[in-house]
Amino acid sequence: MRLNRSNLCWLVLALITAGYLLFWALLLGATATYSTPDSWLQVLRSPEIRHATFLSLVTCSLAASFALLLAVPVGYLMTRLEFRGKSWLDAALDIPIILPPLVVGLCLLIFFQTKIGKVIEMAIPLTYQVSGVVLAQFVVAAAFAIRTMRGTFQHLSARPEDVALTLGCTRFQALWHVALPAARRGMVAAFCIAWARSLGEFGPILVFAGATRMKTEVLPTTVWLELSVGNLEAAVAVSLFMVLLAVLVLVAVRATGEKV
Amino acid sequence: MIQLEQLTWKVSGRTILEGVTVAIPANTYAVLMGSTGCGKTTLLEILCGLRQPTSGRVLLDGVDVTDLEPRERGIGYVPQDLALFPGLRVREQIGFAPKLRGMAPEELKQRVNRLAEQFGITHLLDRLPDMLSGGEKQRVALARALAAQPKLLLLDEPLSALDESMRSEAVALLQRVQQEHSLTVLHVTHSSSEAAALGTLHLRMVAGRLEVA
Repeated sequence: MRLNRSNLCWLVLALITAGYLLFWALLLGATATYSTPDSWLQVLRSPEIRHATFLSLVTCSLAASFALLLAVPVGYLMTRLEFRGKSWLDAALDIPIILPPLVVGLCLLIFFQTKIGKVIEMAIPLTYQVSGVVLAQFVVAAAFAIRTMRGTFQHLSARPEDVALTLGCTRFQALWHVALPAARRGMVAAFCIAWARSLGEFGPILVFAGATRMKTEVLPTTVWLELSVGNLEAAVAVSLFMVLLAVLVLVAVRATGEKV
Repeated sequence: MIQLEQLTWKVSGRTILEGVTVAIPANTYAVLMGSTGCGKTTLLEILCGLRQPTSGRVLLDGVDVTDLEPRERGIGYVPQDLALFPGLRVREQIGFAPKLRGMAPEELKQRVNRLAEQFGITHLLDRLPDMLSGGEKQRVALARALAAQPKLLLLDEPLSALDESMRSEAVALLQRVQQEHSLTVLHVTHSSSEAAALGTLHLRMVAGRLEVA
């Protein structure tokens, strides 16, 4: 192949991409070779880490489920209805994505000290509780799930729903019988993205739910706790486990055909 | 009978339909022609209640339906892209409206089978929309609309995706369907030959106004 200007351009762009991927490969490679598989297994078998793993799996699944329950109606509303101030609302829905994570945790902590917050806490105790971990994961994960569902509904034609309305559906029935079955791949993707986002959540959980061993400790908290006592091997083992989970989620999302 | 009285549709300060007034008698096959973007599809959407007119009234058999929801109008609508429901088999597409109305399973099955037979799509009942040709999709969309037993059928360029050889067959099918179901049909088309073959009333949209040709 002759190296003309166009080919040279593609070559430079490919080198930039390869350089970035190589950097990530080196990062993960260095982490993976820091300790041996035997020591990873030993760390992952400890009761604290097994508890943190179990809690992470449960809270992430709950947070992602709640996020999806919110994302479907909000995503549908934002794509199918035109109304005044829609662009402002659209921007507001992205606020949790751009807020510093610690600020989200602080906002939660302060809100539950207000009168309304205390009334809610009387029904469901949240601050420094496992339910608080779910809420802290949910508030950020929901924004990502909403974004995914919005994209999904935008790609689906509204015409079949219009036809369903003429065939006797209410708007809710058109959503239930026509839009949702068509959006199921997007729903799986939104759930996976919310789940992965919840798995990596740390700042809001630390501030709002705390980092109490065998109580509110989830995997990112474990990494932080182990680092803070200088146990780098344990932090590495948990981090690699989280990388594995994240890769599995990425594969699941790609299998749905949706883009993250 | 369809009566449109002074229908006007404005969007972003632009007038798409202006004072559209027409009466289409019952059991008439009306064809509507006009240049691209002149408001033909908008008119159909207003008729079936998917859009609210800026002003004016829509009357069906003398009843003002302007403020009624699409599901309350008893109008069948087949859009240009046919809009089959993704993920539903042909059987479920045709049975969609009767099932929604709570029809008993045995009666539902009979209605689906009868329509499938009428449209020659019995062998396709277990297929998904992705596995149908353009002509087959068109038949399914028509059967789905008729399963709701509408009084009025709105067709938005239903034959545009068909090749020439299938078009004459589809024209014959539409004529037969209109007569057998005693329907009032409003059919939007760009094809003069299609209009000539089907239409008993010829309408033309010019600059947002409707003229009887």
